[in-house]
Amino acid sequence: MAVTEQDGLKIWQRRDRNKQLSIWAGYFIAATVFVVCWQYMSGKTIWMFVWDAPRQAGDIAARMIPPKWSYVNTLWRTIWDTINIATLGTVMALFLAVPTAFCAARNTTPSVRFVRPIALFIIVSSRSINSLIWALILVAILGPGVFAGVIAIGLRSIGFCAKLLYEAIEEIDPGQVEAVTATGAKRPQILAYGIVPQILPAFAGISVFRWDINIRESTILGYVGAGGIGIHLSGSIANLAWTQVSVILLVILATVILSEWVSAKVRHSII
Amino acid sequence: MSAESITSNAVRRWQKPPLIKSPLLRWALWLGAGIYLALAFGTMDVNWSRAAEGIPRGARFISGFFPPDFISSWDEILAGLNESIWMTVTSTVVGIAISIPIGLGAAKNLAPAPVYYFCRSILALSRSFQEIIIAIFMVKLFGFGPFAGFLTLVIASIGFYGKLLAEDIEDMDPVQAEAIKATGGNWFQWLNYAIQPQVMPRMIGLGLYRLDINFRESAVLGIVGAGGIGATLNTAFDRYEYDTAAAVLLVIIGIVMLVEYTSGYVREKVQ
Repeated sequence: MAVTEQDGLKIWQRRDRNKQLSIWAGYFIAATVFVVCWQYMSGKTIWMFVWDAPRQAGDIAARMIPPKWSYVNTLWRTIWDTINIATLGTVMALFLAVPTAFCAARNTTPSVRFVRPIALFIIVSSRSINSLIWALILVAILGPGVFAGVIAIGLRSIGFCAKLLYEAIEEIDPGQVEAVTATGAKRPQILAYGIVPQILPAFAGISVFRWDINIRESTILGYVGAGGIGIHLSGSIANLAWTQVSVILLVILATVILSEWVSAKVRHSII
Repeated sequence: MSAESITSNAVRRWQKPPLIKSPLLRWALWLGAGIYLALAFGTMDVNWSRAAEGIPRGARFISGFFPPDFISSWDEILAGLNESIWMTVTSTVVGIAISIPIGLGAAKNLAPAPVYYFCRSILALSRSFQEIIIAIFMVKLFGFGPFAGFLTLVIASIGFYGKLLAEDIEDMDPVQAEAIKATGGNWFQWLNYAIQPQVMPRMIGLGLYRLDINFRESAVLGIVGAGGIGATLNTAFDRYEYDTAAAVLLVIIGIVMLVEYTSGYVREKVQ
């Protein structure tokens, strides 16, 4: 807040001069970085293709209509697989994320110096490698199929679930834990009666949230051979069967909307 | 206290109250989950012999990753990394710039009903497809290279940032907004002095978070030809140069960690 006086009039401004200037400097630096990056990127772009894009888009859209509805019948199996990949992957991730989260949370970890960094490294590396890359690796090891997809989704989700869960654990009310400790409870009992009831709603919310994201992710795993509806998508695109592609896209859209609706319902009933 | 009263007390044991109150619903949920899991595992048809074969194969595969080879294709890694960074920066800036008007329109307390539904449907649509699916189409339309990846990330950022911005505006304190209105401020002044200061700290944090996500996503867009370090990774896998792939993965993990720590630091300073 800065008030300056000019000809006996008080003029209010939200920030004083130096603060305003430093904010402008920040914007200036950000804009410069943006322009430089844009320059490099546009140097790597073939602009002729870009100008041609609207015509291409119209062409593809025209080929997609009308959708070949009868194709849905061959999709049921892969839709079921897609949902299974997401659900089983989430379940697997939760089993592994819970111990990781307890090791990573400052107030429950066995050792801040040794165990916590390892748990944090597990979380970061699982979060930074996309499920598609996990799938790429796992298909090479386990062979193509749903199983590789489940494990890929599971490995990718550990980091996400564990991160949110350990933040929830760090934010618990220490009073309850102390009260349970004061009754003479042992460590597992403190965990079961002092900590777990406090994080259970967060846990349920996180798992449904991640399940919803995983439905979306598992629709593309087929692209590298890890099962699910993505197999048909990549096949149809490769064969230029655009009327099939539009059916697949609509099915994916319906699945995603349905899963979002389910997760919103569950989260509302918990919180 | 006599021994008798202790034994008579011991009959009444305390039990933790269950999360779901109604026993019927509780058992129905357990049963449903059991049936679902049986069906899901039953239809997964894992090729166990292939998976077992995969274990020595996996060991060989993983030993191929060690030691990571940073040197022999360092130029390619650097080029891919540069491309990823350009894509990340430009797409975050453009995505946020576009998502601000859409987010304002999607806030229920700001926008009239038709605008609200229009903006919400844009957000829902841009969030429902996985980045890879969008990228496949962008590569088809705009040709290979970072521009397709840039557009993909812009679309993904709009959905993410616009939704969170709209939710944040809906949660704001209406008293401040009313106070500015009462001073006779026009619509832009109202936006600038009543709403922007309330949402800004959280939105800066989320912007940095989106930068982080965009970088991670840019690492996989290359698999479908949309440029970035993912292209380097995919090439390394295709050539069976697993030591180079390991180097790329380590670089990705390192940068994600760096971005995460910086953004965490900045977020703490801002909030």
